[in-house]
Amino acid sequence: MASSSSYNSPCAACKLLRRKCMPGCIFAPYFPPEEPQKFVNVHKIFGASNVTKLLNELLPHQREDAVNSLAYEAEARVRDPVYGCVGAITFLQRQVQRLQKELDAANADLIRYACNDIPTGLPQVTGTSSVQPPLTPRNRLAEFNRRVGNEGGGFYQLPGALPYSFPWNDASSGDMNDGDGEGGM
Amino acid sequence: MSSGRCAACRYLRRRCTQDCILSPYFPSNNPQRFASVHRIYGASNVTKLLQRLPTHLRSEAADSLYFEAQCRLEDPVYGCVGLIFLLQQQIHSAESQLIKTQAEIAVMKSQTQHPQTQPFRAISGSNNLLLQQSDNDANLIFSNQVSSGFI
Repeated sequence: MASSSSYNSPCAACKLLRRKCMPGCIFAPYFPPEEPQKFVNVHKIFGASNVTKLLNELLPHQREDAVNSLAYEAEARVRDPVYGCVGAITFLQRQVQRLQKELDAANADLIRYACNDIPTGLPQVTGTSSVQPPLTPRNRLAEFNRRVGNEGGGFYQLPGALPYSFPWNDASSGDMNDGDGEGGM
Repeated sequence: MSSGRCAACRYLRRRCTQDCILSPYFPSNNPQRFASVHRIYGASNVTKLLQRLPTHLRSEAADSLYFEAQCRLEDPVYGCVGLIFLLQQQIHSAESQLIKTQAEIAVMKSQTQHPQTQPFRAISGSNNLLLQQSDNDANLIFSNQVSSGFI
């Protein structure tokens, strides 16, 4: 996490916005001057003031991950203005479904061998794996996929390596205190 | 008050013209849709995004923007990137399970075909498969199978 102040080079945000980078600039820790494109993308898609509001609603220790995820989404949207990150999500979900089918078939084979049966005619056992579809926006994603239509599995280049790793649990991490959204700018 | 305004123009309290770029994608019967998108992206960013696209792609773009906005509202830290992480974890988990299951099938297959064969040979044949696939979990399962007398 780089820090920048008016005593050093202005952060990438203040440079782009052509303003003085004050001490305490909300963008400075997350948009170092060495990575100008990061803020260019974020500003292009979300806008500086929206990002400020979003960050002000989060606790300080959550902001770095939030900025990185916004940067990832913004880059995805710049590369794919129609689908953005949703293209990657759809692709990954198809992979999960394909693997689920393969796993079901493999489990069925395993049962056949375990029973010393000739591998014909036994019904496929489905749903024996523990892979569960994603929970929270699942219904929304299913609806989106129905609208978009399955285009068949193909190669999809994910927007890029996710720039950070963090512990993930299924629960939403949106537990935030609302520090009142005073503009930090 | 005009009853023909789209959700966007109603939200923005402006007149909804006939060539309003947002009205096809933010109908008045779903005000929450535009509210979500506006909160994350802002009206002018959404307008610019849609204007840059050919007309036949704008509906899907608006849908994906709404989806991402909803993800961000539900999870302000990770947004839809959290979902990508979850899916990647599920893929990794499914691939590991698949490798384990295929390895078990390989063992059973070789047992079925060569019932007199030394158990260790069956393992070594399958170990080659595992080495190729380099999955630590599957290797662990194999050593468990050996120690539990499964083979």
